[in-house]
Amino acid sequence: MLTTLIKNFIRFIVLVLVQVLIIKNIELGRFINPFLYVLFIIVLPFETPKWVLILSGFILGITVDMFYDTMGMHAAAAVFMAYIRPSILNLFSPREGYEFGTQPTIQYLGVPWFISYSGILIVLHHFVLFYLEVFRFSEFFYTLLRVLLSSVFTLLLVVITQYLFHNKKETE
Amino acid sequence: MRSLFLFILRNYFLFLFLLLEAFCIYLVVQNNYYQRANFINSSNGISANILAASHDVNQYFLLKDANEKLLKENAELRGKTLASFSVLVNDEYTVKDTTYHQKYTFTSAKVVKNSTNLRNNYLTLDKGSKQGIKNNMSVITSSGVVGQVKDVSANFCTVMSLLNSKTTISSKIKKDGSYGPLMWDVSDDYSIATLHDIPTHVRLITGDTIVTSAYSTTFPENIMIGTVESFVQKTGEFFYTVKVKLSTDFKKLSHVYIVNNILKEEQEELEKKSESDTKNK
Repeated sequence: MLTTLIKNFIRFIVLVLVQVLIIKNIELGRFINPFLYVLFIIVLPFETPKWVLILSGFILGITVDMFYDTMGMHAAAAVFMAYIRPSILNLFSPREGYEFGTQPTIQYLGVPWFISYSGILIVLHHFVLFYLEVFRFSEFFYTLLRVLLSSVFTLLLVVITQYLFHNKKETE
Repeated sequence: MRSLFLFILRNYFLFLFLLLEAFCIYLVVQNNYYQRANFINSSNGISANILAASHDVNQYFLLKDANEKLLKENAELRGKTLASFSVLVNDEYTVKDTTYHQKYTFTSAKVVKNSTNLRNNYLTLDKGSKQGIKNNMSVITSSGVVGQVKDVSANFCTVMSLLNSKTTISSKIKKDGSYGPLMWDVSDDYSIATLHDIPTHVRLITGDTIVTSAYSTTFPENIMIGTVESFVQKTGEFFYTVKVKLSTDFKKLSHVYIVNNILKEEQEELEKKSESDTKNK
């Protein structure tokens, strides 16, 4: 229990730092802004209490907001993502339910499951975020294109990060 | 009452979600509609210090460019001072001439954080209220306009960049003075902005210079903005929409000047007085 807590705390700090110090400075044009930090919410353990889930989403979002000068936008998107996560997990649950003590990662549940699960969460997160940023519907399709392109890149980063950590665990 | 509590307790997840989400939306909306000093932004202590440290490393890679720019500017300034005025008093160059009075003062600042790839871009500078920086001061570089100060803390300030959907700069065409609002539209990349409402009788040529107009109290007049890249008259409109190539390279900003208009308060007070007088009558 305690080790899970410490592990997640370290993951939180590392992901936020990677996001604001590295990914923020990578420029792939104005259509593509990947947000790797959502990985934190994606891989929280299955038995995380719901209030912990949503509060950590809020803290994560507000921390990223501080660096992006976006005042509540990332927080709103991350809270929404945390709220919708249990429903998405139910939607994709295997027939015998999730094994106790596991995490929703590629190692435990495989690539196709992980991509569909995290893909939906990422698209929803980016949808809320980008529409809050624009704050009007007059640029609807332009924003939608940004949402989809950015989601693809975030998903790519999330999967790559998963494999990096996977390898580390095997060598340990 | 008891059943209400039970209801909330049973659905606490939903209520917690609605509560937090409402708070977030409140923050977003408040930020959109009131340019208030907010505490969760990059001029606060922790994030500004982390960003400053990261910028210190990055700056080494920009040193060559920055030096060249400074050299050029020094040369330009030296030419101006030696040629015209200046009386040497206590190692300080001052202009002793009662025909002119000073309207603007300039403070140099270092860019600690900058972005060009978002829809609403902001910069963070390393000067704050301790150095006399206030809200709504304008920010320029030697090559052109940059933006407007938004929030100020003790040692840092954030600047709403020209590359921001909420920025509007009153600008004019240098050769004949026709003016219009300059904005950064959806279709523009980081080196292009759009100038609206230029009447069609103006004879525009590609390459015409666009500068700031005298109608804004924040920017000094005749600060370079950019040059005309292309212009079109949309069907059904009586104005040109002009694409302007910005003279400032927002990807290479490292040192900027914050401009303080000393006479701004006086002007605004007077204007306010005239407006309220008309209303009362």
